Amino acid sequence: MPAKAILSGVHFMSGDEAIAEGAIAAGCRFFAAYPITPQSEIAERLAWRLPQLGGMFIQMEDEIAAIAAALGAAWGGMKAMTATSGPGFSLMMENLGLAVMTETPCVIVDVQRAAPSTGLPTLVGQGDMMQARWGSHGHYEIIALCPASPQEAFDLTVKAFALAERFRIPVLVMTDEVVGHMYERVEIPPEVPVAPRRKPRVPPEEFLPFKPDPDLVPPMACAGEGYRIHVTGLTHDERGYPAMDAESHDRLVRRLVDKVRLFPQEYTLYEEVALADAEIAVVSYGISARVSLGGIELARAAGIKAGLLRLITAWPFPDAALSRLAQRVQGIVVVEINLGQLSREVERAVRGQVPVHGVYHAGGRIHTPEEVFQGIEEVFRQCR
Amino acid sequence: MPVKTVRTAPELVEGARHPLEKWLRTERLPHIWCSGCGLGTAFSALLYALEELGWDPDSVAVVSGIGCSGRVPGYLRVDTYHTTHGRPIPFATGLKLAKPDLHVIVFSGDGDLFAIGGNHFIHAARRNMDMAVICVNNFNYGMTGGQVGPTTPVGGRTTTTPFGNFEHPFNLVHLAASAGATYVARCTTLDGRRLAKAYVEALSHKGFTFVEVLAPCPTNYGRRNRIGEGLDELRYYREHTVIRHGADPKEADIAPGKPILVGKFVDIQKPTYLELYQAKVRELGGEG
Repeated sequence: MPAKAILSGVHFMSGDEAIAEGAIAAGCRFFAAYPITPQSEIAERLAWRLPQLGGMFIQMEDEIAAIAAALGAAWGGMKAMTATSGPGFSLMMENLGLAVMTETPCVIVDVQRAAPSTGLPTLVGQGDMMQARWGSHGHYEIIALCPASPQEAFDLTVKAFALAERFRIPVLVMTDEVVGHMYERVEIPPEVPVAPRRKPRVPPEEFLPFKPDPDLVPPMACAGEGYRIHVTGLTHDERGYPAMDAESHDRLVRRLVDKVRLFPQEYTLYEEVALADAEIAVVSYGISARVSLGGIELARAAGIKAGLLRLITAWPFPDAALSRLAQRVQGIVVVEINLGQLSREVERAVRGQVPVHGVYHAGGRIHTPEEVFQGIEEVFRQCR
Repeated sequence: MPVKTVRTAPELVEGARHPLEKWLRTERLPHIWCSGCGLGTAFSALLYALEELGWDPDSVAVVSGIGCSGRVPGYLRVDTYHTTHGRPIPFATGLKLAKPDLHVIVFSGDGDLFAIGGNHFIHAARRNMDMAVICVNNFNYGMTGGQVGPTTPVGGRTTTTPFGNFEHPFNLVHLAASAGATYVARCTTLDGRRLAKAYVEALSHKGFTFVEVLAPCPTNYGRRNRIGEGLDELRYYREHTVIRHGADPKEADIAPGKPILVGKFVDIQKPTYLELYQAKVRELGGEG
């Protein structure tokens, strides 16, 4: 009996496995990766699932090759994904830039572990958040999503494929070791819409492969479709040909940034918990946001009205949501497993309207609710 | 060797057209390569090979990395991908696996494919990944100004070996053969016809195939090493190359004072990556 692509129903599944199933449900039939903890379960599940679906799994010789193969497959017309953790994410940075410059839709998963360097390979971290934003050279704009549960790992992987096609960009799923390895209930719906690729609407002789539609995204002609296009990481004109001057470069880079930046309503996702009457807001994401709920309960029990703004979209940073938040609360606590990365963005977005306090540690474990509570108390005292 | 060639400006013929224009992005000409460079010959031999194979241009995709050779696909009127330095082979791997009906060709240089991209080359060869890899070997990094490369002969003078090269170079023929390539040939740009024939064989052979093309780089290598201009280097090839089909790849090293072996070194059949993968997919009931 042929294998089922969409495993509709209720499962007890890890975040890593849910990412693999989310990719399949979204129509991904190409996955290339290199083994690394804590990503391995994604690759192992897809090595088992994809061949049964007529899809393609390949374990490449390193992460540089893994992302390069995913980009090649995207230009071959497939929905493609790669997955890694910090050290491999570092190796992918150059070709992340190639994906941006060539407007190649694909999904890259980073199951974060404690770093720098080899760090703590099997223990949690959230230290790659700035690398996700600025890790490749040059100025660019990508979208990064942060699941906080296996269910959300499934849902956001599906969403990542849709956004990759909509904007023709690499979309990052920035999860972490705890969400990746945690087993929870995952409900897979009966049907999952597969995001269409925007195809040329004119014959090959009239087609300009990098001439954008009004929303700044050009239609994409893949290999073998008769358009005979040139694709390069060099600065290029609408024909795709190298254009080695400052004006062409500025025009191209601005478009690549603006095509994402001008449409925040299409990708900005966050969740508010108990914020209606909150005096202190915790801002967090991924596993740290879930731990923060415990700290908020302790604060409420101690008479401090605290709530949570959980960031689901980390990049582009939801400036407007933070700015509004700063007008509603008296102080903000940022909880993340690094020594202050997204907290810098929070400080920038709130522009000094309220104090921002970070509850950090470098990685290897999640926060305790007590640590979050202490952070809330401290900001609460500052506000008095 | 003293400089012998006297350069004269070529005459432009009004209305002249390239006989294989259908494979060219004529609007992108003139190309960027220096006079005397071997890339023109290495490139036009590819046009003749494609024409001889009679393939539909829409069934051909050419992938390159970075460098002078990496600019080749930009002049070809097929789907072409100019990727990152050293990464054309893994990009081409994804492209081929996503669209198995495509004829996928990697065209790049010695530094791109064997220094920064060496790991990808050996692994694609090991897998017998279905693609043809053409490497133009000009013994240095031409685009960046003539630095030492993984094929620079011992003693070769480059901008980063001002006292001569102390490193042992790769024997690319031997490397490709030992890593698992199922077709391996070496030609020079002196003999465009033999080169086109090697391309035809490599492109039509299933699995991972490899053609090394020895090519002059007068601007950055020839002049610094007293080889002279492009034509002088071709003369050097005429005097120092020996055609020896079926020679042991180990004997194909390029060393001062030693004849350079050219010809076809490997021509074998073994199951390709795609054949093995697709057979398993069919067995599992996937579409394959």
